[in-house]
Amino acid sequence: MSVTEMFSYIQGFLSADQDIREDIRKVVQTLEQTAREILTVLQSVHQPSGFKEIPGKCAKARELFCTVKTQIADLKTKFPVEQYYRFHEHWRFVLQRLTFLSAFVVYLESEALVSREEVAQILGIEVVREKGFHLDIEDYLAGVLIMASELSRLAVNSVTAGDYNRPLRISNFINELDSGFRLLNLKNDPLRKRYDGLKYDVKKIEEVVYDLSIRGLAKEPESALDK
Amino acid sequence: MNKREGEGCPRKNADGVQDGEASGIPSSSVISVFKVFQQELDTKHDKYERLVKISRDITIESKRTIFLLHRVTSVPDTEDVLNEADAKLDGVRQKIGQIAEELRGEDIYQFHRAFTPGIQEYVEAVSFLHYIRHRSLISLEEINARLVFVRKEKVDPKGSAEALLLSAQVLTFQVTPSDYLLGVADLTGELMRLCISSVGNGDIDTPFQLSQFLRQIHDGFSYIGNTGPYEVSKKLHTLRQSLGKVEDACYTLRVRGSEIPKHMLADVFSSRATLMDPEEGVV
Repeated sequence: MSVTEMFSYIQGFLSADQDIREDIRKVVQTLEQTAREILTVLQSVHQPSGFKEIPGKCAKARELFCTVKTQIADLKTKFPVEQYYRFHEHWRFVLQRLTFLSAFVVYLESEALVSREEVAQILGIEVVREKGFHLDIEDYLAGVLIMASELSRLAVNSVTAGDYNRPLRISNFINELDSGFRLLNLKNDPLRKRYDGLKYDVKKIEEVVYDLSIRGLAKEPESALDK
Repeated sequence: MNKREGEGCPRKNADGVQDGEASGIPSSSVISVFKVFQQELDTKHDKYERLVKISRDITIESKRTIFLLHRVTSVPDTEDVLNEADAKLDGVRQKIGQIAEELRGEDIYQFHRAFTPGIQEYVEAVSFLHYIRHRSLISLEEINARLVFVRKEKVDPKGSAEALLLSAQVLTFQVTPSDYLLGVADLTGELMRLCISSVGNGDIDTPFQLSQFLRQIHDGFSYIGNTGPYEVSKKLHTLRQSLGKVEDACYTLRVRGSEIPKHMLADVFSSRATLMDPEEGVV
């Protein structure tokens, strides 16, 4: 094979690669759009009026997740399934956002930590790599961390809205999450950086709880826990 | 952290989290889920580290092979050197076999960053050897064809009954086109050195062959341009410099060659080893 032939072969490979990336980018853009819409819907829970409408907002967000499902199904057709990690960077960010959004919805509904299986189910993807387009564990964890900072904000705003019990529940939840993350041996990677921010969220919520308890505003749940 | 887990969680997390894991363990279900995550992440990181280590070994061994191949110009029997280099590369290939084994059933690209430096170095070494032998560019297929490994398996990972029989498993490792490209870009630097040192040894044919070959590679890279990975454009700059050096060397040879009768030219170059220094200094 001559040098020229070899290089045109490589060039063919590279441009095919670029075409795939182009296709993926287009779908990812629509995904990002939907993710923003869901975020907008959920953002309104921070409004004083939004607290009463949490179930309604969640239902609306769940509806939008159906759109996400079809878009991800579209994304799956754009590249060979065994080359997931080759193009991972393209959807990594949006997948983390979507994980955050589904985790947030599940938290608002049931005040529980979403499992990886649930996220995968909401997004219409797999958990294990062997089965196809899946949710990478690091992306899942990153999404959960984004939710933690959202919850610290929610704690503050729920006090403003007059809901004094919610911060205490959030505090329990976040503390649990914190001890969970402490079990992980993270490398010096983006996930580690994000995890380093978790302590500030914990601190903020603790401050809120402190403020409430010294003013005697958090009595009821305290007695419930002391049982 | 124990005092945190205790409060309030059994009530909240009764649903939503994995079943079997949570039951019977006093700590919260969130903790047990994260223990699973811990294991998964650790396995992944361990594998990554192992691959990095193998990749480093490959890099070192390939570099040594390249140094060995540079001795070709000064040794009377080139075939010996080439065979020794081949033997060394066989060792490298064994290591690549280890990578292939680590990657069995995995997505190659998930761990690609761990071993790409080693593979590029290997491509550089193997293509250098190929050039010295055949005066041509090794193709990607030729490289991949030698990265097929047959392993005698005693234990099959699926753990079935017939696994106990010795089954010969065929493992392949595919060098990606990008790695190949980057390896070839590194090769040009070695060729430039080979050119300069062969001038020093009075070999006046090799520099001209090399300059032609380098020009072809340079044209190839220009053809690919910026469609390739990001590193290619960086390497293209170095490639231009190497090409410049080789072309200058050929120019000097031609100019001197017209002044001095041909049969004396070799003597001039070999008797005056210092001659190559000003040539290098020009660039």
